[in-house]
Amino acid sequence: MRKGQYRFVAGFLFVPVALYLIFVIWPYIQTFGYSLTDWKGQSQTFKFVGLDNYRALFQDDVFLEAIWHNILFLIFIPVITILLALFFAFMVNAGGRGRAGGVQGVAGSKFYKIVYFFPQVLSLAILAVLFNAVYRSDGGGLLNGFLIKLGLVGADNPVEWLNEPDIVLWALILVVVWHGVGFYLVLFSAAMQSVPRDIYEAALIDGASRSQSFFRITLPLLWDTVQTAWVYLGIVAMDMFVLVSSMTQNMGAYGGGPDHHSDVMSTVMMRNFLYFGKSGYACAMGVVMLLLTLVLSVVTLRATRRERIEF
Amino acid sequence: MGSTSGENTTPGGVGRRDLIKRSAALGLISVPAMSFLSACASGGGGGSSDDEGKGKTSKSNPFGAEKGGKLDVVIFKGGYGDDYAKAWEADYQKKLGITSTHTGTQEITGKLQPRFNAGNPPDIVDDSGAQQIKVDVLYKNGQLLDLAEVLDAPSVDDPSKKVRDTLIPGTLDPGVQEGKVVALNYIYTVWGLWYSGKLFKEKGWTAPKTWDDFLAICQDAKKQGIGGLAHQGKYPYYINVAIMDLIAKKGGIDAVKAIDNLDPKAFVGSDAAQAGIEAIYEVVEKGLLMPGTNGLTHTESQTRWNQYKAAFITCGSWLENEQLKQTPSDFDMKFLPMPLLSGSTMPFEAIRAGSGEPFIIPAKAKNLPGAKEFMRHMLSKEWSTLFAKQANSLTILKDGVDSGVTLRPGTQSTVEASKAAGSNTFRYIYPDWYSEMDTAIQNASNELMAKRIQPKEWLKRCQAAVDRQAKDPASKKNHHD
Repeated sequence: MRKGQYRFVAGFLFVPVALYLIFVIWPYIQTFGYSLTDWKGQSQTFKFVGLDNYRALFQDDVFLEAIWHNILFLIFIPVITILLALFFAFMVNAGGRGRAGGVQGVAGSKFYKIVYFFPQVLSLAILAVLFNAVYRSDGGGLLNGFLIKLGLVGADNPVEWLNEPDIVLWALILVVVWHGVGFYLVLFSAAMQSVPRDIYEAALIDGASRSQSFFRITLPLLWDTVQTAWVYLGIVAMDMFVLVSSMTQNMGAYGGGPDHHSDVMSTVMMRNFLYFGKSGYACAMGVVMLLLTLVLSVVTLRATRRERIEF
Repeated sequence: MGSTSGENTTPGGVGRRDLIKRSAALGLISVPAMSFLSACASGGGGGSSDDEGKGKTSKSNPFGAEKGGKLDVVIFKGGYGDDYAKAWEADYQKKLGITSTHTGTQEITGKLQPRFNAGNPPDIVDDSGAQQIKVDVLYKNGQLLDLAEVLDAPSVDDPSKKVRDTLIPGTLDPGVQEGKVVALNYIYTVWGLWYSGKLFKEKGWTAPKTWDDFLAICQDAKKQGIGGLAHQGKYPYYINVAIMDLIAKKGGIDAVKAIDNLDPKAFVGSDAAQAGIEAIYEVVEKGLLMPGTNGLTHTESQTRWNQYKAAFITCGSWLENEQLKQTPSDFDMKFLPMPLLSGSTMPFEAIRAGSGEPFIIPAKAKNLPGAKEFMRHMLSKEWSTLFAKQANSLTILKDGVDSGVTLRPGTQSTVEASKAAGSNTFRYIYPDWYSEMDTAIQNASNELMAKRIQPKEWLKRCQAAVDRQAKDPASKKNHHD
């Protein structure tokens, strides 16, 4: 580069970096600062309390349980969503019966692609309203109404889906999966379409079955995309704030019930921050959330690193 | 409290995104700060309020609110709407020439927390609803004006009386923090059970006075395919109305004080608490709840009750206004004091009653004289009547509604009930003082209603919550006497 160009480039870089520092890095630092205080959130008066908040945090059963719930989400949401999306994408793109033309999707695959994508255009708030109607705890709920008609559930004892400690997390996972599968189906479809057809055709000629061609060809060639999907879904699983706070039994504020069985880190944090007025303590939770997220993203990227296949 | 807990449930509450935006904004303010630790928490803040809007004082204008001034009013727009406040503001402009900016919102915390932190709060705030900023929290941070000045000023209706002496006794108590009235709980609310006069007439039931009669009606209802008791299960706040009322009426005011004052025998070792929770558990065990009610939101279950799917529901007197649209015209909504357990200390007529919907004046308000004068007018008969007309509820002003105004049946029944109760009213203050303990008790009640825990375990959990709160040194400053 010639002299002067550096200045030109730096000029362009300065604004975004400055914005990033001011709006991202500085709040993180501030949060850390607040986490060492007994700040109550409504004014700028507080005392410095050192690491007391962090010490209290590791004895807070509710928060520890919430971390565990996030971990459960982190395992099940990506696994289920990606597996389903891969399966559907494969069926839509390469699952059809091989006619003379070679490899193609099942009949009507274009239609399915659009239909599967529908849930993705709904916002989380609408999703919550929708599934609140599905899971509603009396005969007016979609699931309960259906089960009562079938005679599987007594009209006097409907299932309180979101008020059952053993069901509530799964009920939430189902919502996220239903919402996400369509998007990842399209993502994986796009990736699959860039796989050259002749590879599939060669496999077909060699007598590969559908599952063989999926595991030996499709999956390895899609690995990069799967990895991306995993990171996105990991972010969703670490969050879950909107669904938990607007669907589950209220624990003072921001859902989390019954008996904290659906609380996640973000709902516990917000409850402490705003409702209990323990804002300094909540900031300590925020810092722990940040560290956990960082560790997880490093681990995920490391664990899924594979050799890249060029095609 | 007219609109506690589940009054408004915008999905998601105050989003984290808003929070992030806010903290980012805070960050921007504090960029110039040099050292990290000194800067770790430095928003705006500070700055004493200069006496803007201060004019001449006179007998009819004791605070010297200045003509042509501006007033920044923020109203919680929940069960009561905000039309009443608009009517007040119009009248205020006419009388005093002070124009106001009106904000009606459910997101009190979202809109106001940054302003309090930046030292730029509104002049008067109706700090209510699910997203209220807790009064205790605001007080601890020195953000609230001591309202003594307003309360000791002459009343608008009768200048020979102090404002303080025109109010229903005891209604200022919930707004007291460390001996000072810092929040004016403006709406007079009664809590208890509600039923449909029409349904009761149809079925030949009479309003029960004892718990046994109550159970008998529930059982009869169940036989006819109607639920007995409905509650707004998604917000366990509501079933606590029934549970805590039973405890109070059984054990008397001492049982109430034991809980408010964090007695080591508030729950475990209290006969009243045990009798109260066992009575509620009996309803659960005998299947007398409206099916599915444990998981319903307040609107869902109240609407079911309006559709005659349950005989009773627990609620405060905001219920009628909240259900205006869902209530059939011949429903004939009626209030009922909590029926008595045998051997109760209080009479049947005793009710949980008190003031709710805290109005506050921020200490750093720009137009303090204007805000004080506004609050003084709120406690006049004219404005109190305006409120009753617009919001179907009573205010803390004694005899505060012009007799020419006809009230809706539910509101009318609360007027009668509170007359019958006379001085037999009680009120728990722990939810205003200790939100964390309140949450723990609500959580235990939710588990009990779902039959996952028994009364014994409920008592243990509640006592644990009380004991935990008692360990907090800040709780020593509060005392219910």
